[in-house]
Amino acid sequence: MIEIKDLYKSFGKQQVLKGVNLVINEGEVTAIIGRSGGGKSVLLKHIIGLLKPDKGSIFIKGKDITKLKGRELDEIRADIGVVFQGGALFDSMTVYENVAFPLVEKTKLSKKEIHERVIKALTDVGLQGMEYKYPAELSGGMRKRVALARALIAHPKILLFDEPTTGLDPILVRSIHKLIKDTQIQYGFTGLIISHEIPEIFEISDKVAMLHDGRIVEVGTPEEIQKSDNIVVKNFIMGIENGGDYEKRKY
Amino acid sequence: MVQLIKFVGRYAVELFIFLGKMFIFLVESIYHIFIPPFKFRNFLRQLRFFGNKSMIVVIFTGAFSGMVLALQGYYALNKFGAEALLGPVVALSLIRELGPVLCALMVTGRAGSAVTAEIGIMRITEQIDALTVMAVNPIKYVVVPNILAGIVAFPLLTAVFDLVGIYGGYLVSVHALGLSEGTYFSQMELYVDMEDIEIGLYKSLSFGLLVTWICTFMGYNSGYGARGVSRATTNAVVLSSVVILVWDYMLGAFLL
Repeated sequence: MIEIKDLYKSFGKQQVLKGVNLVINEGEVTAIIGRSGGGKSVLLKHIIGLLKPDKGSIFIKGKDITKLKGRELDEIRADIGVVFQGGALFDSMTVYENVAFPLVEKTKLSKKEIHERVIKALTDVGLQGMEYKYPAELSGGMRKRVALARALIAHPKILLFDEPTTGLDPILVRSIHKLIKDTQIQYGFTGLIISHEIPEIFEISDKVAMLHDGRIVEVGTPEEIQKSDNIVVKNFIMGIENGGDYEKRKY
Repeated sequence: MVQLIKFVGRYAVELFIFLGKMFIFLVESIYHIFIPPFKFRNFLRQLRFFGNKSMIVVIFTGAFSGMVLALQGYYALNKFGAEALLGPVVALSLIRELGPVLCALMVTGRAGSAVTAEIGIMRITEQIDALTVMAVNPIKYVVVPNILAGIVAFPLLTAVFDLVGIYGGYLVSVHALGLSEGTYFSQMELYVDMEDIEIGLYKSLSFGLLVTWICTFMGYNSGYGARGVSRATTNAVVLSSVVILVWDYMLGAFLL
């Protein structure tokens, strides 16, 4: 469904992506793990066309989105939902208006239909009765749920999560992960989660890829990743500093 | 010497890139003004924000500007025994110059800065990115309503500013300085032409465009974090204020 080929990106003199290669299969949840500042969010922004690579391609439904612009890119984006790290909720709008926004702006559905879908999406994420609150009145976990509801409402085929559990307590982390898995089963989207929630992320992923120093250094099922011999992966999972060890190895 | 040339060269290149970005931003905004879907509700909300909510500050500054003009004008004209011309002096100063300029400066401080901060916060909290990935053009959704609201609101606010200023001048001239009511208004009618009003209108229209262009651009390209937004807001207000005064002179020289 999504194929990333040899992706390179630099900001000034700092090279963030150094040849990323990854295939994300349809209907699966793929997690990209790695240390903060390793280029995970930059990679995600390339997949939705917010950043253009210096070199390389990203194929979605057979089209190289790095070459697309304007309407063609918007057509691809119509099938993609994104849950941003901080939620990116519109703070001047209520929860209801936030969730309804993609339908109001991009569809010709009647008010009644939009209302029904908003209520369903909010119920699916466990936020019924919160429609008329503003984002500032919600807790961090609730904001993430609203962001998920907003991303789900247009029934996207691909859903991207940029560190959806950052800043939440362990119980909320599990609850958001369970919600992602439940909604994935219900809506059937292809999921890509940027995360460093170890080991919780293994419970909801079909495939895990480790991004380190601008490259994907290991890809496999959660079990394979947990049993990996790769020193970078092992150290990351165990929470050990590994910069020196990694530098000595050649990938 | 080489260092100095390098510094000047780098500064010139950066300035050129900055101006280029600003120009492209304006062209893109103007393009989206004419391309549907039109965000009429957003435009009305921003019109209320720029127009209605700036009314109090415009009335206050307008009234006191007119009053101080009458006071100082009377002092100067009295030296030549030409107090009868106080009405035209107040009206022409306000309509041609002070009304558009002071009104634009006040609205920049009140509404322009708020627009920069709002768009800047939208940028750093990824709300602009969220619009983009939902295939909603952020320029059309966020920037265009502000620019249109500025173009409509600035001339209307300037008209209010002028009217209140002339009335303020009347209060001081007639009730404090003892000028006759008839002299104040009849001389004004005699010396103020439609052309003067048109000049004021052109000025306020162009200020509306310039201020909203600069303020939305600064917010849209705001740096990271609270410091980035605060810097963008400061730059927007300073640049807008300077551009208002420079453009006022250029337009004045051209239209005179």
